[in-house]
Amino acid sequence: MIRTVLRTEHVTMQFGGVIAVNDLNIVVKEHEIIALIGPNGAGKTTAFNDITGVYTPTKGRVIYSPAEGSEADITGKKPSDIAKMGIARTFQNIRLFKDLSVYENVLIAKHLHLKSSFVAATLRLPGYKKEEEAMRADVERLLKEVNLWDVRNEKASSLPYGKQRYLEIVRALATKPQLLLLDEPAAGMNPKETSELTDFIRQIRDRFNLTIFMIEHHMDLVMEISDRIYVLDFGNTIATGNPTEIQNNERVIKAYLGEDEDA
Amino acid sequence: MEIFQAITNMTAVGLAQHMVNGISLGSLYALIAIGYTMVYGILLMINFAHADIVMMACYFALFGITTFHIPWYLTFVLTIALTALLGVTIERAAYRPLRDAPKNSVLISAIGASFLLENLATYVFTGRPLHFPDIPFLSSMISVGGVQIQAICLFIPIVTVVCLTVLLHIVNHTKTGMAMRAVSKDYEIARVMGVNIDNIISITFAIGSSLAAIGAIMWGIRYPGITPYLGVMPGLKCFIAAVIGGIGNIKGAVIGGFILGLGEILIVAFFPQFSGYRDAFAFLMLIWILFYKPTGLLGEKTTEKV
Amino acid sequence: MNKDKRNIMLTLVALVVLFGVACFAQTEIDSYVRRIINLCLIYAIIGLSMNITNGFAGQFSLGQAGFMAIGAYMVGIFTVPVNLRADVFYATPMHPWLVNIYIPLWLALILGGVLAAVVAGLIGTPVLRLRGDYLAIATLGFSEIIRIVITNATSITNGALGIKNIPPLNDVRYIFLVTAISYIIITLLLNSSYGRAFKAIREDEIAAEAMGIGLFYHKNLAFMVSAFFAGIGGGLYGALLGTVDPKNFLFTITYNFLLIIVLGGMGSITGSMFGAIIVTAGLEYLRLFDEPLEIMGVAIPLFRPGLRMVVFSILLMICVLFWRHGIMGTNELTWEKILNFVKHPLAGFRKKGVQGK
Repeated sequence: MIRTVLRTEHVTMQFGGVIAVNDLNIVVKEHEIIALIGPNGAGKTTAFNDITGVYTPTKGRVIYSPAEGSEADITGKKPSDIAKMGIARTFQNIRLFKDLSVYENVLIAKHLHLKSSFVAATLRLPGYKKEEEAMRADVERLLKEVNLWDVRNEKASSLPYGKQRYLEIVRALATKPQLLLLDEPAAGMNPKETSELTDFIRQIRDRFNLTIFMIEHHMDLVMEISDRIYVLDFGNTIATGNPTEIQNNERVIKAYLGEDEDA
Repeated sequence: MEIFQAITNMTAVGLAQHMVNGISLGSLYALIAIGYTMVYGILLMINFAHADIVMMACYFALFGITTFHIPWYLTFVLTIALTALLGVTIERAAYRPLRDAPKNSVLISAIGASFLLENLATYVFTGRPLHFPDIPFLSSMISVGGVQIQAICLFIPIVTVVCLTVLLHIVNHTKTGMAMRAVSKDYEIARVMGVNIDNIISITFAIGSSLAAIGAIMWGIRYPGITPYLGVMPGLKCFIAAVIGGIGNIKGAVIGGFILGLGEILIVAFFPQFSGYRDAFAFLMLIWILFYKPTGLLGEKTTEKV
Repeated sequence: MNKDKRNIMLTLVALVVLFGVACFAQTEIDSYVRRIINLCLIYAIIGLSMNITNGFAGQFSLGQAGFMAIGAYMVGIFTVPVNLRADVFYATPMHPWLVNIYIPLWLALILGGVLAAVVAGLIGTPVLRLRGDYLAIATLGFSEIIRIVITNATSITNGALGIKNIPPLNDVRYIFLVTAISYIIITLLLNSSYGRAFKAIREDEIAAEAMGIGLFYHKNLAFMVSAFFAGIGGGLYGALLGTVDPKNFLFTITYNFLLIIVLGGMGSITGSMFGAIIVTAGLEYLRLFDEPLEIMGVAIPLFRPGLRMVVFSILLMICVLFWRHGIMGTNELTWEKILNFVKHPLAGFRKKGVQGK
């Protein structure tokens, strides 16, 4: 049996009178790449925010299993605690530490595993020094692997748009996640860049043994690498299945092409 | 000591006295708080200089009457006009250039503007307290049903209610008011829709400062010792009043002003042993409201977009 | 690694040299100038402390005056010689539990810092959830509450009369050492992983949280460390003046430190040092504006008390309106830059950008 890494049970999110996400039930298994698609305003990012603790769902539970045989209810936990448990994410509208260097951006993501106290860190006690060296070595390896080492001293905001997307993914990887949530990683990319990104996502999945859950609009990318797809529309899950099933689903086609009468 | 004795054995007359004091202080806070809340509603910034606009208005009125011998009613009109001009000037000079700057820069600029006005006043008018001139009738003590009060105390709530009514009419029933509401709802969309943002902001500052001037004149009659720092404490409290009422909400600011004014006076009345902590009351209220209802009593809930 | 060692050596050498200068100043310079130097050093500590929260963690706090007051009163209450206390507390006698407790200055400084940090911890819990202006006004409010409590706790603090007869400390060596130690500790903290976490929060709270940085813990840490050093600085300030009085700690004094960090650059340690020197020395120099000025026998009427503060506040406005990043921005003056400068004058400053490893 393959382990279920993430499971949402009847997750519902209501803002005032608006139901952004309604009864969301998603299952993400180990090593899978799962996509969440749907028209704008369907509640995809809200679903991500419910999972990563930015919002607490109005109803339902989010269950995360970091390892075989262990399960935790992470509903409403703090984002930082959820990150520490092994869920990392990127953001739809890139949220890098803009004024800091590429190197610092990634190094900061190592902070969550630091064991030394602030006193030990300030006094540069041997334990801290060791940890700091290990963190830096890790970051160096990561940046070299994704070809960002040469620009390590550049300001994050000075990188070209595409590189910023990569940097954000690398920063998330630096937290050593089990589960990586990507919020529209290919937004603003041309077809060539998108296809490179497709390869990259597959590579990091295998290289870092990740499970990936992503929101995406580029259908080429989604159809090519997703194991399964969930389709949201007005907060409701209107379809689930593998890429071929989704491509032929009546309701999905309708949701995307629009209907004459109100949905 | 006799005063303390009187308060502990509070009589109906005593209570009435405190209520009058509380209501007039609350009305003054309300008038000043409206300026904070309107500016915050539109620019999302604390206009730190607002407190010092109040102080400057006091000096304008004081010098108009004493030095320039202008009749007091005329001086009051001039004071309101000058203060409005001052408010608009501060916005032009200190806030407008930073429209696209980080929020902290605007905050620092506001603090700087406040500090500059205080220092300027100290330099020009000296730090020594000056006495606000007595105004015929308004400054005198009258007796209403055995309660000794200053005549101005009867007028303060009336003036406040009139000002509030006029203001609400402007905001809710005129084109300018509609534009103001649009800008405070969504700055960008209002701009796209063709609202002249700069004008609306200037008008907001003019209205807020005029109300501050009206408050300041009555403040001067009520508490006639005028110093360059007189605005600071009331200013902080009025901002807190605006937060309590729900920042950006005019009625909320008025309610907040009354809560703080009455609360402050009544606490001192009932617990004279805490009179030294009178100024701490507002800050404790602030912490309390931010803890339990950060959007204030009448405020709308907002969530940050991720 | 080698470069790091060289930099540490250079820093140590510089500190020893500066300490030598301090010793020289102590014996050779008149007490008025020494006082100004000491004030520079003290303002540097407090400016740095404010930069931890405002510049590095991005939390706009205006509570420095209150934390200074705590430190200053710790020194005031416990370092006045026991036999002089009756003179100081002539209106209301000192609380009997305290009247015979004497603490040496160094310990009073540390205790003052610790108490300020504890108070900051208590205040921080509710207040640090706020952002931007709200945080500013709430910390300013607490700073005033601290002052009000001090004014009213007459049997401990002598209330509005203040505490006189604190053994005056106009010792450049002592104050230099405290400043140097504070500088080193703050630098080490800010350059550690915790300092990077502060910066992450400053840049983007939501992203920082998503990277596993606990907002509450790190903001509170920054706030408490900041209060600790403001307390130490306040203690030295009280000792330098020889007297403490609630009026010394009006929230307007916080604006001095605000100018220091704005001028020096929010988020720059070395910037705060420059800022402190310029502001303190500048304020002192501006005193000439307060003196009547005569040019060829004609008195210039503009020059009279108060002009100094007007000029000071105009400078603050100019700084924030036209020179928002201050001297250093978020950069630091590093040994690399100095050495480059020595080798190729001016080349080191031409390249702008962030520095890292």
